[in-house]
Amino acid sequence: MEYLIGIQGPDFVLVAADNVAASSIIQMKHDYDKMFKLSEKILLLCVGEAGDTVQFAEYIQKNVQLYKMRNGYELSPSAAANFTRKNLAEYLRSRTPYHVNLLLAGYDDADGPSLFYMDYLSSLAKTPFAAHGYGAFLTLSILDRHYRPDLTREEAVDLLKMCIAELNRRFILNLPSFNVRVIDKEGIHDLEKISAGTKTDTN
Amino acid sequence: MALASVLNSDCGDFSFESTQPFPNRCGAGHSSQGFDATPGDGLSFFVKNSLSDTDDGVERKIEFLHGTTTLAFKFQHGVIVAVDSRATAGSYIASQTVKKVIEINPYLLGTMAGGAADCSFWERLLARQCRIYELRNKERISVAAASKLLANMVYQYKGMGLSMGTMVCGWDKRGPGLYYVDSEGNRVCGDLFAVGSGSMYAYGVMDSGLRQDLSVEEACELGRRAIYQATYRDAYSGGQVNLYHVHSEGWTRVSQDDVLVLHQQYKAQQ
Repeated sequence: MEYLIGIQGPDFVLVAADNVAASSIIQMKHDYDKMFKLSEKILLLCVGEAGDTVQFAEYIQKNVQLYKMRNGYELSPSAAANFTRKNLAEYLRSRTPYHVNLLLAGYDDADGPSLFYMDYLSSLAKTPFAAHGYGAFLTLSILDRHYRPDLTREEAVDLLKMCIAELNRRFILNLPSFNVRVIDKEGIHDLEKISAGTKTDTN
Repeated sequence: MALASVLNSDCGDFSFESTQPFPNRCGAGHSSQGFDATPGDGLSFFVKNSLSDTDDGVERKIEFLHGTTTLAFKFQHGVIVAVDSRATAGSYIASQTVKKVIEINPYLLGTMAGGAADCSFWERLLARQCRIYELRNKERISVAAASKLLANMVYQYKGMGLSMGTMVCGWDKRGPGLYYVDSEGNRVCGDLFAVGSGSMYAYGVMDSGLRQDLSVEEACELGRRAIYQATYRDAYSGGQVNLYHVHSEGWTRVSQDDVLVLHQQYKAQQ
């Protein structure tokens, strides 16, 4: 029902998430933000079971901030991703596992942009592009076909719009709008929301 | 299954204790009055009901989760809260005069859908926490903080059978506040929510009539009409429409109208 996507470029990461907060068959909210800002240059996108998503993401968020306060510098995206995965793994075989699927996107001043895919079984993979949700079945092949490592930002946004157009065309559920953000060496920037009526350029 | 619980159908797969009590108002033991039965109570005045056995020998309790219609929406003059007042035990109407709005404090309201005991207990606990906050910080608690307290409290019991779908409504220094909190762990801020088995019918009426520039009377009438329409279609909602208005000075009880009387009124207007 929910959809997350991330595309990494040479010096940026583009991420998008749908805006629907649903409860069974009802859309409770049309402008819900599924992205959690872990630090100035790290975003955590989180979907999954109600309650678990917010509780887990806020827990990670506060711990990343605590690290910064204690040590004077921030966790790198890779360290944050591994920290998140470790927590997921610890809780997995407890009485209260968190059923959440995550994308962690960040920019490290030393290593550049990175995108990490994590799922509820606490697998972790650093990938150039990734998606979560039923929509991923429809869009991963588009990303496989059209992705290049040297995409410009405009090309990445076009690729994103292509994916969303496919969702609007074939996905049974209506996902009317998507939050879009870019992370680069300057930090996190909000881009224009993509709505169902947005014109797409198909290359 | 989530869909089954919203539609209040008893095709959900729940496994229960072996006896089904007759519904009674004394609230003794496994009382199935209200919108939930509370398992594991000490008292037990109950009678074995062979009707509750199904053919395959699995005995099902009738889960009337969320058998209600409650709604709340923000508009320029605050928040309108409208609820029905019917409590059902399966297909038996246990009561037509249930109070589904819980007055947490003079400027915060909570609505009740799901288990009556769960809702009133946790919201009373919330009232206590809100008062402690006020005493410690010498200022009123915000709606966001109150709803977060409630959400965190029930999250600890996730998966253990709590059934609660509530809207926390109030007015704080950021203006009107409306949050939906449930026992699944959801907590969302919004301008308009409807909760319960009749919620979908209420959404239809509200979405088509809601404008930001409604006057207080128009907004009250919209809320009233939405609950009435939901009670018309949903078997598990009915009784009276209780209407509250939350404004900057706190909340006011606006009206209580029997839906059958409203039915005659609206018919006459046609």
